Amino acid sequence: METGSVIGYLVSLVIMASIYGVFCLGLNIQWGYTGLFNIGIAGFFCIGAYTSAMITTPVPSGILAQYVHQLFGLNLPFVFGLLGAALMCGLVAFLIGVPTLRLSEDYLAIATLGIAETFRLIFNNERWLANGPQGLMGLPQPLHSLMGGRNYDYLYLVIVLIVVVIVYLLIEKGVRSPWGRVLRAVREDEISASASGKDVFRFKMQSLVFGSMVMGVGGALYAHYTKAISPDVFTPLYGTFIIWVMLMAGGSGNNKGALLGAYVIWGIWIGSDFLMDMLPDVIRDKGPYLRFLIVGILLEVILIYRPQGILGEEKKVSKMYN
Amino acid sequence: MTILKAEGISAGYTELDILQNVSMKVKSNQIVSIIGPNGAGKSTLLKSIFGILNPRKGRIVLKDEDITGLKPNKVARKGISYVPQVSNVFPSLTIQENLEMGAFIRTDDFGGRMDEIYNLFPTLREKRKQKAGQLSGGQRQMVAMGRALMLDPIVLLLDEPSAGLAPLLVSTIFEKILDINKTGVSIAIVEQNAKEALKMADHGYVLAMGRNVLDDEGESLLDNEEVAKLYLGG
Amino acid sequence: MAELFVYGIVLGCIISLGAIGITLVYGIVRMANFAHGEFMTAGAYIALLIVSVILPWLGVPDTTFGPLSFGWRMLIAFPVSMAAVAFIGIFFDRLLYKKLRLKNSNAVILAMSSLGVSFMIRMIILIITGPDYRFYRPGIMRPALQLPFGIKIRPDQIFIVALVVVLVVLLHLFLQRTKMGKAMRATADNTELALISGIDTEGIVMWTWGIGGGLAAAAGMLYGIDVQIHPGMGWNFLIPLFAAAILGGIGNMYGALVGGLVIGIAEQLSTAVLTPTYKLAVAFIIMILILFIKPEGIFGGSDK
Repeated sequence: METGSVIGYLVSLVIMASIYGVFCLGLNIQWGYTGLFNIGIAGFFCIGAYTSAMITTPVPSGILAQYVHQLFGLNLPFVFGLLGAALMCGLVAFLIGVPTLRLSEDYLAIATLGIAETFRLIFNNERWLANGPQGLMGLPQPLHSLMGGRNYDYLYLVIVLIVVVIVYLLIEKGVRSPWGRVLRAVREDEISASASGKDVFRFKMQSLVFGSMVMGVGGALYAHYTKAISPDVFTPLYGTFIIWVMLMAGGSGNNKGALLGAYVIWGIWIGSDFLMDMLPDVIRDKGPYLRFLIVGILLEVILIYRPQGILGEEKKVSKMYN
Repeated sequence: MTILKAEGISAGYTELDILQNVSMKVKSNQIVSIIGPNGAGKSTLLKSIFGILNPRKGRIVLKDEDITGLKPNKVARKGISYVPQVSNVFPSLTIQENLEMGAFIRTDDFGGRMDEIYNLFPTLREKRKQKAGQLSGGQRQMVAMGRALMLDPIVLLLDEPSAGLAPLLVSTIFEKILDINKTGVSIAIVEQNAKEALKMADHGYVLAMGRNVLDDEGESLLDNEEVAKLYLGG
Repeated sequence: MAELFVYGIVLGCIISLGAIGITLVYGIVRMANFAHGEFMTAGAYIALLIVSVILPWLGVPDTTFGPLSFGWRMLIAFPVSMAAVAFIGIFFDRLLYKKLRLKNSNAVILAMSSLGVSFMIRMIILIITGPDYRFYRPGIMRPALQLPFGIKIRPDQIFIVALVVVLVVLLHLFLQRTKMGKAMRATADNTELALISGIDTEGIVMWTWGIGGGLAAAAGMLYGIDVQIHPGMGWNFLIPLFAAAILGGIGNMYGALVGGLVIGIAEQLSTAVLTPTYKLAVAFIIMILILFIKPEGIFGGSDK
């Protein structure tokens, strides 16, 4: 195998893992720091990706308009796609939060699941919105003119890593602020947090919205990496479950843990693909199912034997009454 | 003859022990009252005896058997019944069903026993098809005690049986407790209503801040000036 | 319209069976079981295995009962599959949830664990049978009966409603007349008091998983008889199941029954104006509305 293609493959690996890392950071705000059980991540993944796609492409015209339907197309640069994705997800999160944040945790989970499934149905059925099951293609890639062609991925990797670092730093700053301490107080003991006068609902809402905005950014990064998106990409498995496993494995309540989990689990995911290749055909055909089964078992093992994940929660940050 | 004793119990719900080295004993057929201010650890003591809490130090002995740390359903089988202060009935079950649940671990025919309980609490017999959650406070307390008595216990632990009841009902409940005692059941009762609790007690224990403060015959405690000032409202 | 209403009752009966399981588990084991949909799927597939592989191999004939689309094979497979999924439910409880309970894990961790279980079950099914849609009797055509008001209904569907009625009545008798059933209701009411009364609450938990799993399997098989079998079928039921349980008042078995019927009817009626794929969304909207207006559900709250 040429070194070039090995490195190229590794680069694409790291890009995907980093994109998932962004999702983990977003989920960490909601779950790790605030205790919100969001199992509708796929919904925000979907909305973020589609929003960015439609912001950065033009409305189809001419003959193309007969085949591709799109609600709007602003044809703006990549950065606007990212921002738009974040804002849209934040808005949706806010609207979801109003009726559901006062519910108990498992009810919130069911509600987020319902939202994700409903959005997937809408994007799949309403062709006028974003081309229905065929989805959108030919999504632009930022700065493609600089380094187009086979080496573009290196440039995109740099872009993604820059976004990861920015998001990480922003969240770290937020988490170490007084705001962050209240979030953790809410997670540990809602009743006494609210007894000490904190408006618990407001903090949960902020956490839900910011976390979702981060997930929107992740969705946008994904869309512009794969250049084509369709509703069947955003499944409960690839769009929600794997992110949960990543966060629980890396360490919820810990941003480094969130990123670590993304890289480790994605590495295991890709690694298991290679392992499958070496097995007889009969088993290899069931490859993705076996691999997801293993991921599922991994989650259960983590929950029972090491629920704090590899890195565990940051001790320094978790002592709220320092 | 001592039927139940707690020796040197230290126990708590977290790392902090609420009870420190507390001891108490109940003799055959006695009513023993445990009084003291809020937070003294009186309920915690009952819970430690019944196995809801594991004491960190000390022993619980029933007759001659060490039952420290046994789980509640095992303690129940040994002959101790416990009536918690709150949440002490099955609200969506009828009175009859509540009593049946009380007899859950019995393997014999308990119809006779149920009859005896209904004789003790005639109102319950009338209303036995009603759901326990719809009853008044006093009736609920009777169901709670009836449920505990279905097991024919040797010792009955009562946690604040008069809590939240109107004064008239309080005396009814205390009368019932005396009736229960007359049938041969030893009783340990934790009470806020110290005066009434001591009136019917053969022996009384005063707990404060998780420790034994004083213990004496019920009557003597009633006459004790310190006790009167601090715990009986003068 | 009347026809949709009748189909709604059929679908509602299936949803009710699942919702009763969800509500029992929530009330007694105190967890939201996200694997309940997959219990349905597992039930349908286990029956498929029995009906199309095991029984033919054993030489059981492929006859049908009169106008129904199934016969001896399904009759044998039905209780066997219910028992199998009952055991699957108990198995995962002992393997996973019990350990988490002993560690005092909170409700979210338990729910998360059940989410993992749901994916594991689905992957196992996919590994064994693949993603295709299947039928118990491929190619079977059963004419519909004509009822008054121009309603067409298949004999299978009448059977579904009848069977659900039987199962619900049996469950009712169990809960109201037997010692174990009363102990289950008691544990749901007040777990601590049940412990204090000497009730073996862990045993009750096992019974709950057994009954919940069995009913879910039945629901899955009935759906398979009525419509089809595919690996995602249970997952698509998850929202309607929870919606029904919440609508009826979580923890209340009779509420789940009513809730299931309401959701089923609403879903079918919605197909008059929406594409059928949106049925799930209809259930979801109803759930959100109930949570907004009366979160304890129709029969909820409280004599506690």
